[in-house]
Amino acid sequence: MRKIHNLLFILIIFSNPVLASDNGGVLYAQHCAACHGDSGNGGVGVPISLGSFLDRVPDSYLKKTIRHGRPGRVMPAFRHMSDAEVNSIVNYIRKWSSKPAPVYKTENITGNKKTGQKLFTQHCVSCHGVEGKGGKGTGVTFSRVRSLPIIAPALMNDGFLASASDSMIKDTIVHGRVGTPMSSFAKQGLSDQQVNDIVSFIRSKQGKNKKASTEILPANLMYEADGTIEEALEAVKKAIVGANFRVIRVQHFEDAYVEKGKEDSKKIIIYFCNFNMLYKALAIDPRVGLFLPCRITLIEKKGKVKLLSINPATMSKKFNNDELLKLCDEMTALYEAIMEEATL
Amino acid sequence: MKRLILNLFAIIAACMSISVSAQDVMIARSKLNFPEAMSSLQNAIINHKYTLSRVQRIDIGLTKAGFKTDLYRVVFFGKQKELKWISDQYPELAAYLPLKIAIFAERDEAVAVALDPGHYIQVAEDARLKDIYIRWTRDIQSILKEFRTAE
Repeated sequence: MRKIHNLLFILIIFSNPVLASDNGGVLYAQHCAACHGDSGNGGVGVPISLGSFLDRVPDSYLKKTIRHGRPGRVMPAFRHMSDAEVNSIVNYIRKWSSKPAPVYKTENITGNKKTGQKLFTQHCVSCHGVEGKGGKGTGVTFSRVRSLPIIAPALMNDGFLASASDSMIKDTIVHGRVGTPMSSFAKQGLSDQQVNDIVSFIRSKQGKNKKASTEILPANLMYEADGTIEEALEAVKKAIVGANFRVIRVQHFEDAYVEKGKEDSKKIIIYFCNFNMLYKALAIDPRVGLFLPCRITLIEKKGKVKLLSINPATMSKKFNNDELLKLCDEMTALYEAIMEEATL
Repeated sequence: MKRLILNLFAIIAACMSISVSAQDVMIARSKLNFPEAMSSLQNAIINHKYTLSRVQRIDIGLTKAGFKTDLYRVVFFGKQKELKWISDQYPELAAYLPLKIAIFAERDEAVAVALDPGHYIQVAEDARLKDIYIRWTRDIQSILKEFRTAE
């Protein structure tokens, strides 16, 4: 019995979120580093250790960002974390700055929304987008050419607006972010009132975002053809080329798992690609490799051939990236067109 | 008594792992440069008793097509018996197999991404598959942990 008591004591110690959260570095490494980098230099995520960012955002902004994430903008919401764990991560991040965390007023700023909209169109849209949906792509993608070195935040995203106070937004507009394309608009001649107008316009968009679709889509696409697998394969190849894709490889499903020549010839994978589309997808989100390259699997059974593929539209919902949703809807339509043509 | 202790461990371990894997996309960063990180990933997969079947060089295809890209590969792996049994019994799941992990360079580091196999429950749901999905998830978490901590 004493053994059980001792064991329970040890387990409670290790599973207690308050005690476990003492080490913010461990939690950061576990939950944040993969996207934001070990030193916060960014990657799939934005560079949170950048001085002009970290020195000018309050702890409350970081905490709320972890909690709310950015719906449709890659950063997930970490709702399952305890307050102690979130605090611990923020304390860890804060150590990258030698300055104390700023504190902003929480009251809303009063301004003229209509004037703010005009000013927003004039000064902000080129980077942040017409509807404040932010720049394209993810945080800082090092591997591909892009128009901005750091993605412009989605200012009208509900996650952002739930995290940032009006005063913090105003401070950013006034001072800019050194080391990013965001320059100081005070230096560019905007008056205090004009900045207030822009802030009021941005704030007016809170809660106006379209909610993500909750429609449940099939996880894969499946078509059936009569005849042999060889016939179906030829038809799929023809349909792939007709859809402007290139066949890059045909292999047995068991390729490399069984001795050469002993593979099940009734199970085949065909890989294909459209490099323009691939490049576009990787620029939107480098994680899309999870459903690359494009592929259709053929399985012959009882005189019928099943054509199977993943459903890109379903997969894209896993990425919390609205831009990717659109592209993957196109991909699903293309997959369906190819398989439909091949099974006519 | 022993069983009670083991059960307690199992419950606590399960609770702790849920808090770690609250997302569908599993992602890990290695401090190693791409070739070393790729090697550590492949070793981790083999250490978990999987057979590596192929590495798709996405970056090579893109470069040949005239696009500028950094290193980007997709590593396929699986277990022969499992692949055969699943593709025979649940062909709808074959579109997702073999398992795969995408790996790409970010400056002098590398990032690996995998889909949580828990997703496959949407493709094929069966009591016989449940344990396999749980094991795949656990194995990929462990592979990514090895990848993240490799020196």
